[in-house]
Amino acid sequence: MGTFLRGLTGNQQVSLLFVLLFGLLFIASGVSVLLSVRERRAGEDESGERELRLRDNQALLRSSWGMALVFWIGWALGEGVAIVLFGFVSFFILREFISLSPTRRGDHRSLVMAFFIVLPLQYALVWTERFNLFTVFIPVYVFLAIPVVSALGNDPQRFLERNAKLQWGIMVCVYGMSHVPALLLLSFPGFVGRTAFLVFFLVLVVQTCMLVQHIASRRMGTPVAPAISESFHWRSWAMGLAAGGLLGALLAGLTPFKPLPALAMALVACVAGSMGHLVMKAIKRDRGVTHWGSAGRSTTGASGLLDRVDALCFAAPVFFHSVRWTFDL
Amino acid sequence: MNLRATAMSVFLLGLVRLLTGAQARWHGCPPKAEQRIYFANHQSHADLVLIWAALPHELRSITRPIAAKDYWTASNFKRWITTEVFNAVYVERERKGDEDPLQPLINALESGDSLILFPEGTRGHEEDPQPFKSGLYNLAQRFPGVVLVPAWIHNVQRVMPKGEVVPVPVLCSVTFGEPVALGAEEPRADFLKRAREAVIALREV
Repeated sequence: MGTFLRGLTGNQQVSLLFVLLFGLLFIASGVSVLLSVRERRAGEDESGERELRLRDNQALLRSSWGMALVFWIGWALGEGVAIVLFGFVSFFILREFISLSPTRRGDHRSLVMAFFIVLPLQYALVWTERFNLFTVFIPVYVFLAIPVVSALGNDPQRFLERNAKLQWGIMVCVYGMSHVPALLLLSFPGFVGRTAFLVFFLVLVVQTCMLVQHIASRRMGTPVAPAISESFHWRSWAMGLAAGGLLGALLAGLTPFKPLPALAMALVACVAGSMGHLVMKAIKRDRGVTHWGSAGRSTTGASGLLDRVDALCFAAPVFFHSVRWTFDL
Repeated sequence: MNLRATAMSVFLLGLVRLLTGAQARWHGCPPKAEQRIYFANHQSHADLVLIWAALPHELRSITRPIAAKDYWTASNFKRWITTEVFNAVYVERERKGDEDPLQPLINALESGDSLILFPEGTRGHEEDPQPFKSGLYNLAQRFPGVVLVPAWIHNVQRVMPKGEVVPVPVLCSVTFGEPVALGAEEPRADFLKRAREAVIALREV
């Protein structure tokens, strides 16, 4: 098995990966359809909660399909297309974020700048592989430019708060997300044409960590910060990390890392991702909602994409830079 | 509809959906092809485009928005887009001579079209909509068979505040509520107040 896999070219390995991924998704969708059929037959005596959970699972499945398709299209059509696709993901999650952060009329120009100048420029920097500028563009230049534009908007009311919200939105939704396609462009010696595995590694490890953490927290006592998250416990967090790290070590063959560094990288990504998810929860609570999506359903129509990718937004930059520094790229 | 208008309408729909999501939420009634008057709060010129985009395709072709004549015929492009793409009915905001300003609306209703109406008359800048003008009452009295559907347009003033040119992407939605019927012998002021409250109530749904 191992020798067979090693005998394949990079491209064939990635194709095999996608075959596996879509196969799994097909099975999951099949199971979900069967479950919903059974549900219908069981009639209406089973009340809301079960159905709600089923619907939640179906939403998760749909977004997994969506993500897998995005990755596949990105890989099949080349890095350029992948960058554009992630650019659109950034656009949609920033739109969700801004919709739930009340802005005032004076912020209009800053918002235009964030959406139509900062976002495309950041992805253009990824495209042209200017990694040094790409790293500092938002934290340095945009950080200083946004408040200037806001100040020119001549509205002092809640100035700091409004700017902080916008800065955060850009940092998480644009800066964080743009590091995912940037991984595709890293050039490892002896790892040419297989950087898609790095993206896959990151996504799979972080999502596994989040999932395990979520499941493990079901029957636990008092959470650490109940006002922010009812599901965050140190114990379930540690379990999530262990699962993510272990998976990372197992997947070391897909990456340019040896098993031990792979474990370390996976842990770094998982810590950043799970903590980032907690921070995003705090922001959501501040806005008085529990999901970007459910608030969307009641007020704005948002799909809740940000709920699904926020851990990735925090994990990607940390992972990217750890990889770059470790390998001195 | 000619080719250019169709292309424009597809382009506009795409643009509006990309920027705002333009989601329709049917809360008190299903989308149905009966003759209706949708009446909504009015905060921005984009209201008209948003509610047009939020309606399902089948209803869009039989529903005509009301457009203020002075604004929407100010340039050739605005006139073209309101007549060819939105199929709008123009009204005068100022009464001129002794012509009934509601006459174009009455004509449209008589020919069987549905209407989108902003009963405040002008764009409001407050949280709550301004008091409704009596046009809605007069139409309800004259066409008792037409269903009156209240609607709340959420967030659209953030997309393009007055005086700005570039729109900002913010999710918007249109909530359609339970139809309001004019009661027998109901006084005008009571009905208009009730209709306005029905619109405001949709904000919290």
